[in-house]
Amino acid sequence: MKRVEVLKTYKIYSGGKFPRTESGRYYMAIDPKGNAIANMCRSSRKDVRNAVVSARKSLGTWSGKTAFNRSQVLYRIAEVLEGRKLQFVEELILQGSSKRKAITEVEDSIDRIVYYAGWCDKFCQIGSSVNPVSSSHFNFSTYEPVGVVGLLAPQESSLLGLVSLLMPIISGGNSVVLIASEAYPLCSITFAEVLNASDVPGGVVNILTGHYSELMPPLSSHMDVNAIAFSGLKNLKKDVDLNSVENLKRVRFYESSWNKKDAQGLHYITDFQEVKTTWHPIENIGGASSTY
Amino acid sequence: MASKNKNWEYAPSLETTDHINLKKKYDLFINGKWLKPTSKKHFNTINPNDEKHIAEIAHANHKDVDIAVKSARKAYDNVWSKMPANERGKYIYRIARLMQERSKELAVVESLDAGKPIREARDIDIPLACNHFFYYAGWADKLEYAFPNRKVSPLGVAGQIIPWNFPLLMAAWKIAPALAAGNTVVLKPAETTSLTALKLAEIIADSGLPDGVVNIVTGFGDTGAAIVNHPDVNKVAFTGSTGVGKIIQKAIAGTAKKATLELGGKSANIIFDDAPLDQAIEGIVNGIFFNQGHVCCAGSRLFVQENIADRVVRKLKHRMKSLVVGNPLDKNTDVGAINSKEQLNIINKYIKIGIEEGAEIYQSECNIPKKGFFCPPTIFSNVAQSSVIVQEEIFGPVLTIQTFRTVDEVIQKANNTPYGLAAGVWTDKGSRIFNLTTKLKAGVVWANTYNKFDPSSPFGGYKESGFGREGGMHGLSAYLKLS
Repeated sequence: MKRVEVLKTYKIYSGGKFPRTESGRYYMAIDPKGNAIANMCRSSRKDVRNAVVSARKSLGTWSGKTAFNRSQVLYRIAEVLEGRKLQFVEELILQGSSKRKAITEVEDSIDRIVYYAGWCDKFCQIGSSVNPVSSSHFNFSTYEPVGVVGLLAPQESSLLGLVSLLMPIISGGNSVVLIASEAYPLCSITFAEVLNASDVPGGVVNILTGHYSELMPPLSSHMDVNAIAFSGLKNLKKDVDLNSVENLKRVRFYESSWNKKDAQGLHYITDFQEVKTTWHPIENIGGASSTY
Repeated sequence: MASKNKNWEYAPSLETTDHINLKKKYDLFINGKWLKPTSKKHFNTINPNDEKHIAEIAHANHKDVDIAVKSARKAYDNVWSKMPANERGKYIYRIARLMQERSKELAVVESLDAGKPIREARDIDIPLACNHFFYYAGWADKLEYAFPNRKVSPLGVAGQIIPWNFPLLMAAWKIAPALAAGNTVVLKPAETTSLTALKLAEIIADSGLPDGVVNIVTGFGDTGAAIVNHPDVNKVAFTGSTGVGKIIQKAIAGTAKKATLELGGKSANIIFDDAPLDQAIEGIVNGIFFNQGHVCCAGSRLFVQENIADRVVRKLKHRMKSLVVGNPLDKNTDVGAINSKEQLNIINKYIKIGIEEGAEIYQSECNIPKKGFFCPPTIFSNVAQSSVIVQEEIFGPVLTIQTFRTVDEVIQKANNTPYGLAAGVWTDKGSRIFNLTTKLKAGVVWANTYNKFDPSSPFGGYKESGFGREGGMHGLSAYLKLS
């Protein structure tokens, strides 16, 4: 007799835990033929707010880690994902991908994570500067994470799109509230399990599933979110821009095709960094006096 | 004007004005020529020191702005974007040199029109403005070095709107990087301080810069709105209030216009008990009374460690007695005229709120001139974190003083504001400086100094103080398309 398979319950990932949506609602993820493949949490405005609280709480821990440490944590994500490759391939196939495409997507995702793992303790050296001011001061500019970032994951892909935007944001020390692809949500929650097993502190990445139209407004208008990242959803841009005005969120909109090899780079990290400049007097440099 | 404190009386030392050239009436500088506004309207600009009329300034309407944007587009398409980068740079160098040659005139005009002390205009505003052009000129043919692995190209036409607190300096901060990056410009100065921008237009005309590369349109908020909303403007750069910054953000929502906003602040200036006190007092004074407190990064919230609070306040009051308030053209003057009647009313409104909230006020004893717009240096102690005068930007010579005990406490208090432009830290302990400079959420942190600026040093805020940086290598990205 054929063994009865144990099916997976997809929940959300918030504050390092896997609760159901507080609303108790669900929506159906379907395959290209229209068959139901899973009940996904239809997250609510309250879930968004809870996730922002978690993200803010974990920001100090994550941004306070050494860049070298963050680099190792990101590399660990790649290691764990490599070990669970097959599960993601299966999910991608279930959501309509061909086997060959599915394997490529997972492998590209792993490579992209390794790429950003390497950047963690390097991007600052490239974008920082010691500024030769014309007075007797030592002056330097360096990066600091912008803070809590709201990420509307790319719609068209279940894993690679999400990874391509999430990794540069967290490699720079930010924390994230991520809204998964509405049409292809499966991998996002399974990826949350990978994050959970990879020493990424709880709350650094929070992943919600549900309707974009319902979750984008509370996320992009939330006063404790510092930046919004999204790609592809051009029709949402004006609303995101408008919602972001009140606390002057930094809005980053991309038109990248994430499956391209070059859809990665330093600027995806620095787009979510603030430049901080620090001054201090130097005693009697070149005979000149700074007075103070 | 002499101080009431006899130790600090100086004979007046007025800067002369016979060497400056001002027209009675200024039109719009568009396509290298002076065009009469199609609005047919001019308005008066006055000297805030004595409320006397200086000149008539054109009020550009949306048609005038359209003509300016079209000429900027034409100059971009036909000339500026095709010019080799090193040649572009040489024009910018020329502008810097011509400004240096006429720096005294620019300083006097700035002081007359804006009310700022001639000493500050002469030693800070104008040299920094010249240096800004000189600094960015050299970037024109080196842009790709600043952005590794990326292709750089200009954005097109930049619409730029600047405030009245550092009129020429802000024009330089906007125009210099825009030109170096290969863009053409439509700039609108603030209505109360158009003159130095118009003098700059004369210099630009003299420099031989191709017609239409820089266009200067004067006017009010409606002129600025016409620039922001013009469909052929690719970039909006604004320095001013957070309120107007948000209006601009709303106006360009959903468009492809790139924006940088340099907005308000309520910056913390933090004094620890081991700080070099005499220098710290100078830093406090410079932080809040420099340019009458009309400084977006002014150190308007003072935090003093509790055990030295009495001493610091005593010393500060003593120092305030020697501040000379009066005629901006007098070289003895430390605190000049408030820029406009409107701004004076705003400051006085906040002073009234402070008193009504129960804060303890101290104003330096000085003879305020009868004519003109003046406000004595003012400090408020006994204020709460929730006081209106602690939370809102006053943009005048008004300081609030709070105390703290521990490092963590002051970090929390300092960061507890929607703004994040600047901060100051005064302590003798290096490790503490780096702890604070790392944790203070602000774009510029001055340690054991305050209100220092340099063309090579990026400036700009976190949070609601705006986004983007001006100055330095980082200031270039605001005017480039990177791909």
